[in-house]
Amino acid sequence: MKIQLNGTHLDTEHNDLAALVSALGHDADKVATAVDGLFVPRTARAQTPLHEASAVEILAPMEGG
Amino acid sequence: MPASLTSPSSKGLRLYGSEFASRFLIGSAQYPSPAILLDAIAASEASIVTVSLRREAGNSKGAHKEAGEGAGQQFWSLIQQSGARLLPNTAGCKSVKEAVNTAHMARELFSTPWIKLEVIGEDDTLQPDVFGLVEAARILCAEGFQVFPYTTDDLVVAEKLLAAGCEVLMPWGAPIGSGRGLNNPFALRALRAHFPDATLIVDAGIGLPSQAAQAMELGYDAILLNTAVAKASDPVAMATAFAQAIDAGHRAFNAGAIEPRDMACPSTPVLGSPFWHVDHD
Repeated sequence: MKIQLNGTHLDTEHNDLAALVSALGHDADKVATAVDGLFVPRTARAQTPLHEASAVEILAPMEGG
Repeated sequence: MPASLTSPSSKGLRLYGSEFASRFLIGSAQYPSPAILLDAIAASEASIVTVSLRREAGNSKGAHKEAGEGAGQQFWSLIQQSGARLLPNTAGCKSVKEAVNTAHMARELFSTPWIKLEVIGEDDTLQPDVFGLVEAARILCAEGFQVFPYTTDDLVVAEKLLAAGCEVLMPWGAPIGSGRGLNNPFALRALRAHFPDATLIVDAGIGLPSQAAQAMELGYDAILLNTAVAKASDPVAMATAFAQAIDAGHRAFNAGAIEPRDMACPSTPVLGSPFWHVDHD
């Protein structure tokens, strides 16, 4: 399945968001997620399916003004 | 910390029910190094630091590896050392949907209901899209966020933001990063006069400590800035200079300034002046 991860193409076999976050090596508590432009709470990732062309955002803290 | 800010008679900065000694909110971007960032925050005596969100690369073996991997977590560890309260922003958002969803992500990630709400409407000036801003503020306030809207100095927009539930307004002094100071002191003064009970923070455009002092002399409650410190030749020294200027401006406002006048008014009493005012026949 081809998805967009943070604006980049990615082939993945993971069917839900929690599995993808884990497979990418993220600490689940230290990133925030969205799929197709909508926030997905930490507790809802396992119930959030990924589809062909899903646009996934995985964000972490950064400096800001 | 200046003694005045800890004296019992000095009221602190009130933000959604919390009180802070410092009236300086500082940004965490663009510093020459992480160590200088921490030193500048310490020198600023700021209790509140703004932060943001970035796309985070993965850490798995061979999967989607990029340069800067784990940078977000490194920053998170660093900024926690400052001990400051964090104010996440929605920088870069250009629509209500983006801003609202970014705010939710920030709330989960930083465990705070605070959000510096930015909805940018124009790329050259980074001017807020005030229509989107008000709409996003309504949504987020209704969802329990404590919203710090980055806005213009427009009076009607300010009124709508307050009606939406914002207790704090953050009008710009000038475009972000421009260092121009207060482009429209008249409008900022009008805003202060119309909303005496709202917490007003000048956010953006400040380049010099004197400009920050000017805003505080107008009766503003606090200053939020980033670039003027981070991009200074000596950010730590500049952070100190801003802290002192903001404190001085606040003291001056509370002290009550004189009204300017066109003609001279002698400061030395003239009663009992000696011979040089006597007519000589």
